[in-house]
Amino acid sequence: MPEAASGSAAAAGAICAPLLALAGVHTHIGPYHILHGVDLAVPRGGLTVLLGRNGAGKTTALRTIMGLWRASAGRIDFDGRPIAALPTSDIARAGIAYVPETMGIFSDLTVRENLVLAARQGAMDADRLRWLFGLFPAIERFWQLPAGTLSGGQKQMLSIARAIIEPRQLILVDEPTKGLAPAIIANMVAAFRELKATDTTILLVEQNFLVARALGDNVAVMEDGRIVHAGAMAELAEDRSLQQRLLGLSLDMHQ
Amino acid sequence: MNVAKANEPAPAALPARKVDWAPLVLVPLLALAALPLVGSTATWTTLTIAALAMGMMIFIMASGLTLVFGLMDVLNFGHGAFITVGAYAGLIAAVPLAGWLASDQLAVNAVALIAIILVAMAVTGLVGYAFERLIVMPVYGQHLKQILVTMGGLIVIQQLVIVLWGPVQIPLAVPQALRGAFFFGDVAIEKYRLTAVVLGLMIFVAMQLVLTRTKLGLLIRAGVENREMVEALGYRIRRLFVGVFVTGSMLAGLGGVMWGFYRETLTPGMGLEVMVMIFIVVIIGGLGSVGGCFIGALLVALTANYMSFLAPKLALGSNIILMVAILLWRAQGLFPVAKRA
Ligand SMILES: Nc1ncnc2c1ncn2[C@@H]1O[C@H](COP(=O)(O)OP(=O)(O)OP(=O)(O)O)[C@@H](O)[C@H]1O
Ligand SMILES: [Mg+2]
Repeated sequence: MPEAASGSAAAAGAICAPLLALAGVHTHIGPYHILHGVDLAVPRGGLTVLLGRNGAGKTTALRTIMGLWRASAGRIDFDGRPIAALPTSDIARAGIAYVPETMGIFSDLTVRENLVLAARQGAMDADRLRWLFGLFPAIERFWQLPAGTLSGGQKQMLSIARAIIEPRQLILVDEPTKGLAPAIIANMVAAFRELKATDTTILLVEQNFLVARALGDNVAVMEDGRIVHAGAMAELAEDRSLQQRLLGLSLDMHQ
Repeated sequence: MNVAKANEPAPAALPARKVDWAPLVLVPLLALAALPLVGSTATWTTLTIAALAMGMMIFIMASGLTLVFGLMDVLNFGHGAFITVGAYAGLIAAVPLAGWLASDQLAVNAVALIAIILVAMAVTGLVGYAFERLIVMPVYGQHLKQILVTMGGLIVIQQLVIVLWGPVQIPLAVPQALRGAFFFGDVAIEKYRLTAVVLGLMIFVAMQLVLTRTKLGLLIRAGVENREMVEALGYRIRRLFVGVFVTGSMLAGLGGVMWGFYRETLTPGMGLEVMVMIFIVVIIGGLGSVGGCFIGALLVALTANYMSFLAPKLALGSNIILMVAILLWRAQGLFPVAKRA
């Protein structure tokens, strides 16, 4: 890897450099070759949506960023620093929070205890907590209940709350609207809007194109372990033939 | 490292947290069911207290094993070695302090006993640390190798004990003040057994407090359920695991000392002898559950004691029958631990 060259380049382009950049990332899971050279740039501050059909490799990409799968080739830079070789816990401490597709709730722990663990600095900040309760009232209502007793949507909210209980630079969210009722999806979209306003960078995997269009500043589309399209969301939202080609759908089908 | 409660708004009235009572009720139920079978209340009381003492010791020895399995899916067949090592390491202090143990002053006895326990736990902690580094760490995630390698470790340690202390059994007398029994009418309660029960309860309560009231304990429980997520929240599961492994080894060492005094003799095979029972306890409790381990240990000890009185020929198989019965009722054990799907 060209370490020396990238070091000076990072210094020169620090301002406009993406917060997270994957370059030529390959991931193998056992004998299976899943990611085939992923190039992805997540700009600072905005919300980037990662689209793609089932099995395209979106979850694998997020897990590779978190270090839960190891990239077998390529590099991953976060805030100008290579993170591909770091253990998962260090990647998290560098400022990346993760909301997995499976939510990863600790069901034996209470809602409160789930958040206590997510707040690494110690005591939870009261203002931040009040803000969270505003975003997700269920969190306050079920504060002392075992998280395992929550509904699917409530668990999803707890998982997101865990990721944002303290300010983080980047949040990776994997299909937060999966299986949720429309009203709850609207609630979720509003929460993400508010989160965007707090200067947090978000990388969101989303199958629901309406949600993706409503929230995304940028979009990347995956297919068979590669990024096949990247650009502004507005561009994709307006271009029906591009949607048809990339996603096999047009917006009409969703309406 | 108490979990801070400051700044948090008081939540509205909540539905109460559900407690799973059924397994807890099983213990008094089993004891009461045995009463008419045993007949004499005095005999029954003696048997029950002996079983509770035994159960506490098994719990102490098994608790580390269940957490080690829960946290890293590590099957440590070498756990029995820590029991043996603990008992023998206690001798390092017990031999020079023999006079203090024989003293008829409780305080002097207590000091000697505490010294013995501390030495035993320090040695088993070190042995556990080395065992984890050299034997367990290289085989993370490989179950078959774990079984073979940890069994190998067990044999090596057992042989080392024989080299250091010899193959013959070594007598170990209970401290003077703990010999004999209290009498309530015709019911005799041995002082040492009572001590074991109290000590076991204290350790159980302490473990529960750590696991439910401290951030460290929450992390351990979270790690048992989903270690990837614990890592993704920024904690090193590996460090947590080493800590749990060493603590579990130290508890096995403490259990070994208590068990040694209970038997009043040490043999190099004493750890291995209880391992079958310990595995049964860990399985029926629910792999990774400390509460289940506690209830499981009491059930196993009660069953073994009543059966050895009622039908000595069946005593050996009774724990297997108990395990089958419990697994038919709850296939994942008394308190199933949620695992990441
Ligand atoms: N643990 C695993 N072992 C083997 N193959 C896997 C594993 N996890 C994922 N894969 C394979 O990798 C490919 C990409 O999976 P991935 O979960 O990343 O897709 P995805 O884009 O997130 O799909 P979805 O939208 O259904 O969540 C799939 O073909 C899947 O079968
Ligand atoms: Mg996925």
